[in-house]
Amino acid sequence: MNLSDILTMRHEIVLSVLALLILIIDLNLHNRDKHLIIPISISLFFVYTLVGFLPADKSVLFGGMYQTNPLLVMMKNILNVGVLIVLLQSVTWLKQDANREKISEYFILLFSTLIGMDFMISSGDFLMFFLGLELATIPLAALAAFTHHQTKSAEAGIKLLLNSALSSGILLFGISLIYGSTGSIYFDTITQLYRNTPLQVLAYIFFFTGMAFKLSLVPFHLWTADVYEGAPINITSYLSVISKGAAAFILIILMFTVFKTIAPIYNHILYLIAILTMTVGNLFALRQKNMKRFLAFSSIAQAGFILLGILGGNTMGMTSVIYFVLVYIFSNLGAFGVVSAIAAVTNKENMDDYDGLYATNPKLSLLMMLSLFSLAGIPPVAGFFGKFFLFASAASAGYYWLVFIAVLNATISLYYYLLVVKAMFINKSETPLAYFRSDNYTRIGLVLSGVGIFILGFWSQIYEIINSLSYGILP
Amino acid sequence: MNILNLFVIIPMLTVGGILLTKDLKQSRLVSAIGMGFQLILSFVLVYLYLKERQAGNTAAMLFTYDALWFPSLNIHYALGVDGISVAMIALTGIVVFAGIFASWKMELLPREFFISLIILASGVFGFFISLDLFTMFLFYELAVIPMYLLIGIWGSGPKEYSAMKLTLMLMAGSAMLLVGLLGIYFFSSPDPHALTFNLIEISKAHIPIGMQRFLFPFTFIGFGILGALFPFHTWSPDGHASAPTAVSMLHAGVLMKLGGYGAFRVAIFLMPEAAHEQAWIFLILTAISVVYGAFSAIVQTDLKYINAYSSVSHCGLVLFAVLMMNQTAMNGAIVQMISHGLMTALFFALIGMIYGRTHTRLINEMGGLMKVIPFLGVVYVIAGLASLGLPGFSGFVAEMIIFVGSFQHTDLFHRVITIVAASSIVITAVYILRVVGTLLLGPIKNDHFLHLEDAKWYERISTITLVIAITAIGTAPYWLTDMINYSLVPIVQKLSSIQLTSLY
Repeated sequence: MNLSDILTMRHEIVLSVLALLILIIDLNLHNRDKHLIIPISISLFFVYTLVGFLPADKSVLFGGMYQTNPLLVMMKNILNVGVLIVLLQSVTWLKQDANREKISEYFILLFSTLIGMDFMISSGDFLMFFLGLELATIPLAALAAFTHHQTKSAEAGIKLLLNSALSSGILLFGISLIYGSTGSIYFDTITQLYRNTPLQVLAYIFFFTGMAFKLSLVPFHLWTADVYEGAPINITSYLSVISKGAAAFILIILMFTVFKTIAPIYNHILYLIAILTMTVGNLFALRQKNMKRFLAFSSIAQAGFILLGILGGNTMGMTSVIYFVLVYIFSNLGAFGVVSAIAAVTNKENMDDYDGLYATNPKLSLLMMLSLFSLAGIPPVAGFFGKFFLFASAASAGYYWLVFIAVLNATISLYYYLLVVKAMFINKSETPLAYFRSDNYTRIGLVLSGVGIFILGFWSQIYEIINSLSYGILP
Repeated sequence: MNILNLFVIIPMLTVGGILLTKDLKQSRLVSAIGMGFQLILSFVLVYLYLKERQAGNTAAMLFTYDALWFPSLNIHYALGVDGISVAMIALTGIVVFAGIFASWKMELLPREFFISLIILASGVFGFFISLDLFTMFLFYELAVIPMYLLIGIWGSGPKEYSAMKLTLMLMAGSAMLLVGLLGIYFFSSPDPHALTFNLIEISKAHIPIGMQRFLFPFTFIGFGILGALFPFHTWSPDGHASAPTAVSMLHAGVLMKLGGYGAFRVAIFLMPEAAHEQAWIFLILTAISVVYGAFSAIVQTDLKYINAYSSVSHCGLVLFAVLMMNQTAMNGAIVQMISHGLMTALFFALIGMIYGRTHTRLINEMGGLMKVIPFLGVVYVIAGLASLGLPGFSGFVAEMIIFVGSFQHTDLFHRVITIVAASSIVITAVYILRVVGTLLLGPIKNDHFLHLEDAKWYERISTITLVIAITAIGTAPYWLTDMINYSLVPIVQKLSSIQLTSLY
């Protein structure tokens, strides 16, 4: 392995070094100085995020197991930015007494899952893909059970672990069928050999089911709400934003390369699952009172929209999916950031607790409103553009009725997002949450997501850059 | 610097200015200055427009500005105006200006109120100056969403219910609209690399007739919901009744016009064949709007509900006339939009002022107000007479042109439906005169009303601005109709050429 190879794999290598470095620093720190790990880790991660933006070329390592190109690097960078915001938002929570002992574990586990996602995105064959997937999932279970003294958190960890084990099993079965019918695990070879024989379609269905668990598409979503509610809130935001974004990235890559020959077949499946996911996610979200569960179900509905871009099948489809995930990261982290900032200070996370929030905490309320509008797809914030391009790509493939159902779903989602706005701005409360100042980390995190929500839409260059790297299976 | 850009920039600057203010006095001053400037700018635009036309500029759109926004999708930030949009912009300028003065005493969260109001206004301005369907849609949604907060926070009565109902129904409308617009985009050119959202370019292309049949209902109903098309009008009475004064003014006066404007500028103009085929369905629906709205207004006892149903009736008339698809009727539709916008804004302003004094909006509890508050009483009578179509006021001009235009169709269906719609004039007279009779004349029913104060200076500014505009159009309509007619010619030509060649 020479220097240029290391540069090619810089995301994975630097991040691994980072995780080890934190472990070593942690060993050498005195107990009362443990909190120093937080600024060290975050600044190291910030540097790493910057390093990720260095120009990258297309190249292949390990005989095709690992591949990279500007598109993949960009996907990793999008995830990195999201993780940076998650880290900033979790500082207040990490500083609580109960977590003081395990600060370094938090960072190391989080970084391991991110390494897994990077490997997954860069994988050139199904072996590497599966390794990355597992590396991304198993530490997540530990993270979900991070506050294990709370029953709900422990339950969330176990539920996540069992469900990922099940979905990985199904996925692996699909992969084995693919290997059995094509004789290869390399994406390039499979792409050449994949036809719509019954066995290969079946293999695809198993594979897709496994991915649907990760993306929490209906009807494979049942684990989501409990895990999201039980896990510590920053892990929930990590799960619903970063983990889901990575799964969406790899799904669209595989759909547009390995499985492109059976696109006419999988489009039927996607069509139905998209409608189911959006509708069921929305209908469940309508009745939630706990903000974490509320955002969990809303994120299920959002995953349904992603399928619209895949259905589009052209360059615009891939662009709109990546762009939507980018926008979704900022919008959802804005909403989660506010929930987490409030929960960290007051320990309250029910919608009723938000009554009259605008009177006491106007800035948080405004950011929350903007994030929710962005999630609902209301201009002028970025969510409008994200949704519009997804709809446009589905319409370009002629799925007008699907677009109509999707936009109606966006309207339904607006109803429950407005319920939160109503609580904050319109409802009166005798005991509103008192005014509080968040610490600087949280503020930076919130400002970052707020700025992202505003400029991503108007700044059309971002869309154009993504578009220049994307590709499609249709002209 | 293109003058049209200013229509978006000034509201933004005003919002920025309000952010710096501390209390009601400052923020209303900043809003009044900003929107006063916007009003002047609107009239400067009218003047410049007329000057250009006199100089012989025959381009369909003037003052065009075009900046590429999303190159890969060929989305532009494209601006331009013709006579119709210039007229609508002038209307918006007047109503917004009057609306600021009507909310001079907004004690609750004044900064937030004025910011939301001006964001709404900028959405409306942006909509009227857009030539690109994408930016048009963006501004459309931008205008709708502040309504939720404006009604929900500052409204009265069942405000939360009304705000949610209004927002969701209008957003469902924009859902249909979005499908329509995307369809138009993907069929705007046979070459997949030359797709465009530009209104003028699409109008030169030909959308396949099969696609038009599918897309026209989506687009027309999408805009129609905002234009209170029966049976999708139910958001309007509740929304208007619960909204604070300035919001009712702006919403009934201007925002509902987005529906009528979009219906002919996008739906009918871009898909003329389907419009001709399906017009009869929507003509029946709009005729129901017109008559049913007027009948509903008769039985209401709440002043705001009366006016809200009257808006349903009058806005129905706009869509009705648009669907007649001939020069005269469409001209009438635009004049009706402007006339109704001014009248209804005046009505809602007056209702707000009367309610602020009497603390009731039920007409049965009031009476003889003419004796105590003569200024407001006289203006109310003026608004009422304009609304029922008395010659000399704008309402007469609009309705006259509409019905003359509609009667130009010689077939039985159009004749009958015109007569049905025209009957609304009589019904309008009934409910207007009934309100004027019980509210303003007769004995004073409540002793508290004996010492009411007449209009303050800021209320006079608000109402007089609107009265002047109404009488100006009523006495000298030709400058308005000429301006509109000129820009209608290419649209009507496109509509009639298709009618002759491909359908008959």
